Amino acid sequence: MIQLTINGKPATVDVAPDTPLLWVLRDTLGMTGTKFGCGMAQCGACTVHIDGAATRSCVTPVGSVSGKQVTTVEGLSVDRSHALQQAWIAEQVPQCGYCQSGQLMSAAALLSKIPHPTDADIDREMAGNICRCGTYQRIRKAIHRAAVGA
Amino acid sequence: MTDTLDFTRRNFLRAGAAVGAGLVIAIRTTAAQRLPASLARGPATAASLSPSAYLQVGPDGAVSVWVSKSEMGQGVRTALPMIVADELDADWSTIRVIQADVDAKFGDMATGGSDSVHSLWTPLRKAGAQARAMLVSAAAQTWGVPESSCRTENGAVVHDASGRKAAYATLAVLAATLPIPAEPVLKNPKEFRIIGHSTPSLDIPSKVDGTAKYGIDLVVPGMTYAVIARCPVFGGRMTGYDAEKAKAVPGVLQVVEVPTGVAVIATGTWAAIQGSRALACRWDPDAATKLDSASIDRMLRARGEQPGAVARDDGDALGAYASARPAHRIDATYDVPFLAHATMEPLNCVADVRADRAEIWAPSQIPDWAAREVSAALGLKPESVTMHVVMMGGGFGRRLIPEYVVEAAQVSRAAGVPVKVIWTREDDMQHDWYRPISHHRLSAVFDARGKAVALTHRIVAPSINAYRWPGSVSNGLDNDAVDGALQLAYDIPNMRVEYCMLASAVPVSWWRSVYASQNVFASEGFIDEMAHAGGHDPVAFRRVLLAKLPRNRAVLDLAAEKAGWGTPLAPGHGRGIAIHHFFSDTIVAEVAEVSVAKDGALRVHRVVCAVDCGRVVNPDGVRAQIEGGVVYGLSAALHGAITIEGGRVAQSNFHDYPVLRMPEMPVVEVHIVPSEEAPLGVGEPAVPPIAPAVANAIFAATGKRVRALPIRV
Repeated sequence: MIQLTINGKPATVDVAPDTPLLWVLRDTLGMTGTKFGCGMAQCGACTVHIDGAATRSCVTPVGSVSGKQVTTVEGLSVDRSHALQQAWIAEQVPQCGYCQSGQLMSAAALLSKIPHPTDADIDREMAGNICRCGTYQRIRKAIHRAAVGA
Repeated sequence: MTDTLDFTRRNFLRAGAAVGAGLVIAIRTTAAQRLPASLARGPATAASLSPSAYLQVGPDGAVSVWVSKSEMGQGVRTALPMIVADELDADWSTIRVIQADVDAKFGDMATGGSDSVHSLWTPLRKAGAQARAMLVSAAAQTWGVPESSCRTENGAVVHDASGRKAAYATLAVLAATLPIPAEPVLKNPKEFRIIGHSTPSLDIPSKVDGTAKYGIDLVVPGMTYAVIARCPVFGGRMTGYDAEKAKAVPGVLQVVEVPTGVAVIATGTWAAIQGSRALACRWDPDAATKLDSASIDRMLRARGEQPGAVARDDGDALGAYASARPAHRIDATYDVPFLAHATMEPLNCVADVRADRAEIWAPSQIPDWAAREVSAALGLKPESVTMHVVMMGGGFGRRLIPEYVVEAAQVSRAAGVPVKVIWTREDDMQHDWYRPISHHRLSAVFDARGKAVALTHRIVAPSINAYRWPGSVSNGLDNDAVDGALQLAYDIPNMRVEYCMLASAVPVSWWRSVYASQNVFASEGFIDEMAHAGGHDPVAFRRVLLAKLPRNRAVLDLAAEKAGWGTPLAPGHGRGIAIHHFFSDTIVAEVAEVSVAKDGALRVHRVVCAVDCGRVVNPDGVRAQIEGGVVYGLSAALHGAITIEGGRVAQSNFHDYPVLRMPEMPVVEVHIVPSEEAPLGVGEPAVPPIAPAVANAIFAATGKRVRALPIRV
């Protein structure tokens, strides 16, 4: 049994400790907002926060996050009120939307470190998140929009 | 790709039965066929107005719109309801979108060819107008006034003379009893209130909080998870595997064989992945193991030495070339690789197959085709296959084909349980149906003033049609494979297009914009070469060749003007232009501004797009699709290559199949030509021009001509 804290709530799961956190979230806990994209930390679709830091859950053994705070896209806000979620809607960022949970979590980690990021900050901190629909320009605008509001 | 349904032949007949005080009316596709399925959805127990399969006005005020195309990010679940809502004069806030299951009443459900808004424009306008006319009739009857004295406004009928107003909700019951007008009066486009105005996507809120449900997110009762080990070698055969080792993985339930490989069924995805690895499958690769990119390249070049089937032969291009002075001729070859689609959401499908029926939840671009294939593969009656359409994390053509849906159904049948088949990224990349590789030989003749006299374009490529439907291509000519070249818009008196069909052991299929992505890279690069060889500016050169085509020329001019064509640039920078008249009839021109550093580092700074796509339904949605097309094409131009080694795909994930990322993203500007013509598709047409625009910009910046993709400066 592994004790977890996800979005501030306790959860207990009966899985092998080397199971990637991604699959525990999705299959064991039914929290499907966190996405599977590559399985090797190449695309960022599975990004969550571990104690506030953007982390690829597809390569993170669930046993390693026991006792830490796990935040998923479902925990970004309870009502889409996070500045980034609002900015994502205002800029009409998502197309297929599949990568956007990960994009939002990477952007949230960025803003918590750098409240008013430059384009270079965005390039660096968002480089790990792939979007195949090509929404990068809107993501950049939305991050700036959220930062202005912060 | 598929037949287009002729909606004009549809008979709008009252076929429903009275339900309570109202009437629900079905649409019929043939005179004899009753379609009770149209009664099955929506609040059938309440009285609702439903004059066509596409909409229902309920007494609660909700307007339900059935979207019969699949959503993969292109925005049909907003754009199509906008058309209905505008003609209905509905209150947009009352629109409720329902994803249509596969049903014959919707006709062709294929989502491809940038065709959804174009093909449904008139049917959906008509559906909205019919309901509006019936609501007006109901109000006029209720008030005892002429219909002509009533108008509609934002979900209500208004009688100005008496100041009366009735919400659609209060009229739906009576309206449902009235005759359905076969040819309702459509709005004057000047009266559009929704069409033409940027409307926020109805799906986006669910895509920022993790609640949007994609195929890969679905869970059905009793569902298990499956990962399939497939032979990595094209044409190879499995000789053995260790089922016991797979079953020893905690969570693995069973191992079953299906025609495509060995499926490991488990209680979760991770167990299924581990189980499939533990299988340690052995393969007996056949002659295909000798296949590699070098041998394919040799075959392409050898075939290109021989004449091809003639697809187009205006004037006498060969004669013009033979008689021209060598100084007035240029020749070049262009090469474009295989590509994977690499949708963000790896392929998946949920299937629950029982002895006498199947229920499938398919993220599919042609779910009706998939349903037919499942029916055939399982020996089930078509009506015994229920096909739900679910949200897709990208399509780009990958989800047109039905094989992965059939495979999921076969796994469920073999395992005897409901199952979600999940493809790993490696499965997705190594078992794609790839954008065909191609080799291009071009020759041109120009006169003493540099005017284009003749152009010959010989295209060597596998045929998607011949691969999928062996025997379907006769006389070696597949017009799909010469798309773009066949209709090249330039006014050149002698123009010849040849096609050399190449048999392919590598599966090939439709990839966003299909053959235009290869053929236009070659033709627009070569047109640029012709311009420079004749001493002309690339925009001026194209303007002359498009003099008789005002639409094309207007798009070219708009892109050039907005990009500041001809204005000074920083040292090391260059601009390049490309234009393409896509098969959807949409025209896109793109100007790329690039720089090449001394160390060869290429940077695309800005891409200015001009598009004529007819009347625009959702302007911001069009901009998003153009932006997305540029990025998809730029990923391919800068990075994309699938290569073959030892009979199998060498790449496996994003580390060796890189795609565009944030730091490489240029500024993309989209300028739309105003148009009163019917809407044309925008999902694909921005893809073909970007690679040649960048290549032409590199030439402008450096004098180096790029003739192969991905671009290596």
